[in-house]
Amino acid sequence: MVLPTAVATPPSRTPARSGRNARRPRATIGYVLTVLAFLLPSAVPLALFVLGPMIAAAWISFTEWNLITPMEFIGLANYQELLADERTGEVFLHTIQYIAGYLPLVYVGGLALALALNRALKGRSLWRGIYFLPVVTSWIAVAIVWRWLLNPNNGVVNLALGWFGIDGPGWWTDPDWAMISIILASAWKDLGFVMVILLAGLQSINPELYDAAKVDGAGAWSRLRNVTIPMLSPSTFFVVVISLINGFQVFDQVYAMTGGGPGGSTQVVVQQIYDLTFRYGAAGEASALSWLLFIVILGVTVIQIIGQKRWVHYA
Amino acid sequence: MHSSQRVRPRTVVLHVVVIAGALAMFFPFMWTFITSITPGAGFSITPRLWPEDASLEAYQTLFTERPFARVIANSIGLALVTTLAQLFTSATAAYAFSRLPFRGRGVVFAIYLATMMIPLQVLIVPLFAELKAFGLLNTYLGALLPTFASAFGIFLLRQAINQVPRELDEAATLDGAGHFRVFAQIVLPNIRPALATLTVFAFMSSWNAFLWPLVVLRSPELQTLPIALAGLQGQYTTAWDVVMAGSVVSILPMLALYIFAQKYIIQGVASSGIK
Repeated sequence: MVLPTAVATPPSRTPARSGRNARRPRATIGYVLTVLAFLLPSAVPLALFVLGPMIAAAWISFTEWNLITPMEFIGLANYQELLADERTGEVFLHTIQYIAGYLPLVYVGGLALALALNRALKGRSLWRGIYFLPVVTSWIAVAIVWRWLLNPNNGVVNLALGWFGIDGPGWWTDPDWAMISIILASAWKDLGFVMVILLAGLQSINPELYDAAKVDGAGAWSRLRNVTIPMLSPSTFFVVVISLINGFQVFDQVYAMTGGGPGGSTQVVVQQIYDLTFRYGAAGEASALSWLLFIVILGVTVIQIIGQKRWVHYA
Repeated sequence: MHSSQRVRPRTVVLHVVVIAGALAMFFPFMWTFITSITPGAGFSITPRLWPEDASLEAYQTLFTERPFARVIANSIGLALVTTLAQLFTSATAAYAFSRLPFRGRGVVFAIYLATMMIPLQVLIVPLFAELKAFGLLNTYLGALLPTFASAFGIFLLRQAINQVPRELDEAATLDGAGHFRVFAQIVLPNIRPALATLTVFAFMSSWNAFLWPLVVLRSPELQTLPIALAGLQGQYTTAWDVVMAGSVVSILPMLALYIFAQKYIIQGVASSGIK
């Protein structure tokens, strides 16, 4: 079976069981030391700087702590406080507003681009390269450039709108437009990423399916709906899962474009975690909010993995 | 029926749309550069597409009034160390997960992969406290240590090693080679493309990293480019030429890396999507 990637075949299941067991070497001291020598360089940092802190974060979330004076165990009080505080709802709402604007924009744009670039096109790799360029740029540089483009006073976007007699909005200085500004910058940055994923998905679709659809008299629109979209669903699924995970963790661009403002209108969850920790010295509450965020991300991801059976078609 | 030579109007429209879109995508980069060479660009001065008195004044400000030479050196140094460390820890772990069977290996691999799901934000407070306890706040080592192992890198290299034919190892083993020699002389040379992909990704993510360096590196002379850039924006709120010069400095090396390694970057992203 020739598949485009090794991920498609679960490696450990196909070989005969006996062969696998027979190949496992006896656990001599020399072999154990060899295994340790290969694993410890990665296991030590992961344990010390990911797993350990993960568990510690759970502990800290049950304490009152300002990072300086000793921790004080307060049980679930941080969680109770968070759930009672209306700001918690607000920061999640702002985060969801971000995702709701960003995901459709970046997906539809990325799909349109992938479909266009999947055709015989002059200079295709150059265009693809330009669309992808923002992906390799740092979030901070992107956020700063967009602050300048969307500068309400003499930014290029408002100047251009002015040519058509349109009085441009205040963008990131206006509470009603600040989140839209962040969404625009984010979609611009990630468009190329989504395009490349979907392009790879398009290229793995069996061309015979299109020939068969043509024979059946399907037009271009019908082929898109009945062949391309269903066959692309694994790539779409990947884009949606990754975008939601990253979307809930949105921070860099918010920090650099608005810092959560104006008037808290773009205060997202991670900005709130950052402010709680380093501005208000409420590390316990910040850890509790981190855990809430992690649980939400995990829940959303698990729901999608369960739900994928209904719409994702693996060839 | 028209001949195949004739250009169809649909093809023309497609080209126009794709090229116009690409120009629009590229415009912010161009505008960044133009602003950076327009002295005094800000609230009163709007840059022109062809600046009349272009100058590199803003870049001079970066390197004289702000420690940008040091900041660039910091970014390069940290990215190099992170990349080398990740290549080493990922390759060794990937070899173990591909070639060294042991009881419970599946569980250990699952735990490794699970660390990919944990958002950095959840770890910020305890990591900060941990490095404070080690006395590593505001040190390069403090910024580096949490980046040494990457589950993504391990996963990527394991896929590559799984595709190296086992007959190659077995032939070497018959010649008396142990695991260390098989690893260094057989496996590593055979996964060069994957190593190149990881190199590019590790360097890129270190170069662009923001949240962790922001938390751990507080003194100006230790900061990396994204942090210095964010600080620049706070300091020169109206001097857009200086801020944009800083952006250009942070973007250019990535642009160079991208031009040379486009193949590996696009392959890396594309292969992550096909499941």
